[in-house]
Amino acid sequence: MSEKANARRRKFQFLDALELPTEWIIRLCGWSSIIGIAAIFLFIFREAAPMVPKLDWIHFFTSPRWIPNPGTGNDASFGALALLVGTFTTTFIALIISVPIGLGAAVYVSEFAKGKTKETLKIIIELLAAIPSIVWGFIGLMILGPIVKWIFTAQPDTWWSHTMLTLHLASADTGAAQGTNLLTGGIILALMSVPLVVSLSEDALRAVPDSYREAALALGANPWETVRRVLFPAARNGLLAACMLGMGRAIGETMAVLMATGHNNRIPAALTDPVRTMTATIAAEMGEAVVDSDHYRMLFVLGIVLFVMTCGINVAADIIVKGVKGKTK
Amino acid sequence: MNAATNANPFAASEFEQRKNRRAIVMKWVLFGFCAILVIPLVGILLDIFIKAAPVLSFDYLWENPVNKGKQGGLWAPLMGTFYLVIGSLLFVAPIGVFAAVYMNEYARDGWINRIIGITVTSLAGVPSIVHGLFGVGAFVLFMLPAINRVVADPNDRSTKWEAGLLTASLTIAVMNLPVVIASTREALGAVPQAFREACWNLGATRWQTIRTVVLPNSLSGILTGIILVVSRAAGETAPILFTGATFFRFVEDQGWGKIFPYRPAEPFMAMSMHLNIISNQISQMPEKMKFGCAAVLIGLILFINSFAIMLRVWLRGRKRW
Repeated sequence: MSEKANARRRKFQFLDALELPTEWIIRLCGWSSIIGIAAIFLFIFREAAPMVPKLDWIHFFTSPRWIPNPGTGNDASFGALALLVGTFTTTFIALIISVPIGLGAAVYVSEFAKGKTKETLKIIIELLAAIPSIVWGFIGLMILGPIVKWIFTAQPDTWWSHTMLTLHLASADTGAAQGTNLLTGGIILALMSVPLVVSLSEDALRAVPDSYREAALALGANPWETVRRVLFPAARNGLLAACMLGMGRAIGETMAVLMATGHNNRIPAALTDPVRTMTATIAAEMGEAVVDSDHYRMLFVLGIVLFVMTCGINVAADIIVKGVKGKTK
Repeated sequence: MNAATNANPFAASEFEQRKNRRAIVMKWVLFGFCAILVIPLVGILLDIFIKAAPVLSFDYLWENPVNKGKQGGLWAPLMGTFYLVIGSLLFVAPIGVFAAVYMNEYARDGWINRIIGITVTSLAGVPSIVHGLFGVGAFVLFMLPAINRVVADPNDRSTKWEAGLLTASLTIAVMNLPVVIASTREALGAVPQAFREACWNLGATRWQTIRTVVLPNSLSGILTGIILVVSRAAGETAPILFTGATFFRFVEDQGWGKIFPYRPAEPFMAMSMHLNIISNQISQMPEKMKFGCAAVLIGLILFINSFAIMLRVWLRGRKRW
């Protein structure tokens, strides 16, 4: 060893003395995610707690009347049914679009595309995932909204608008013709969750051993048969988990749905009715709610509902892929 | 066709031909799914940049917003986003990297590692607005009053710590923790086990091995993950909505005040917040200003991400094992 290297080694030797403290720091950091999850639950629950015994939970889940700030003399009503319906309908529409497109694109990228095409597609999908939710909301509001509005409600009193109305595709609400509605929000959510579904499904497909593909090929299966009869069954759990995580992402999305769904507290009757989700409600009302008021605590209760739902979905997806003990196949 | 070719025993039967045709059709259908994904995206981005073109210039980035953002540029929110990203990295980078080191190098494959793994996935799935609520509950309503009890002078409002860069950075840091952990774990996992074993055989301890062999060999992979976190932190809106971001703050047009516009404990402007407000909460906002802000934010994030992708491609070409 040269003199110079020796000198450098001596310079950093003091770090070796830090073996034990460092080990404890690392151990503490290792538990940081457990601490994080516990802290999130604790602090949200701390703000919501006084409301939990006071709240009429049956009313909360069955009434669509969300009236946090009634006029004088009236009682506030905290019914979150319309918000739950809003969250689940937008998520449902998003899944209808994103699951087939996501799985299809993942199969194409992992099994059919080669070389440059494959690399380009992967990079584009990664960039798609990077676009922030506020920009998606902006796209929904300024670009997609007008298109949806033009298709469904632009021409009043034509056979087209009558057909749309009878099929419950166009909103019967004349005031709702802004283009930000259930469908716009659903499409935006789909575009946001597709990259996640694609990358996770691709991981799941890649995890299938090549010997499966070779065996299928040896039996005379063509590429599509290999995908359908061999890869899909073999990667079933991973693909299911990918769709579930896409769903979790769609449920938790905030800024995009705040801007693209129209933010109207009611149960939608048509595909292009404006709706309102739980996340958007928190984002929109938190700024106005007086600290420590019932309204303010209710927003934290909504936060807990969201937190429990998304955590449940994520943990379930994790267990589906890795099993309870975390053994990788 | 004559009888000889018909007799070819290896010719595809009608059934097989039908199957092969279906395979080709399916291939194009799947390609169509990719196209559905890619083409609208490119169209939308082009649309945004074309509509933003009239305002995009160097001055647009350099000037402060004027008249509720109807005129002027984006300097103040850009700076806010910059310091927000730096602040959150200060917290999340060391903790996230060490957490991954613990999971990958220290913990055995037992139930503790499994529980940590599950909490990392659930932390990654927590909605951004719930992180925002957490930031309000933990940092704005719990941490700041505790700090103020010590530092603030009750007679002097200016000494009071308010929600600002500090609280927002902490919130964003918690949110990005699972991302850093996951990407760092991947980078550490890519270091061959033989490297560690060689180092142990020379008599090195665990920490010496990590410091001199594992971390240097995975540094570029860790950096790639951290760059991706930068882009995520720059674009998030919901977590900073109530933890310190504000729509307007006066920022000086020249001098040091322009480069260091915000103190850590007072409200700041941020790109995502700016876009949120000007795109739907201010009447008579010129269309080009909305698209200009969106274009700058998208450009910023795509730039950071392309940088990370290039780093990764370069790294893969350089790998020696």
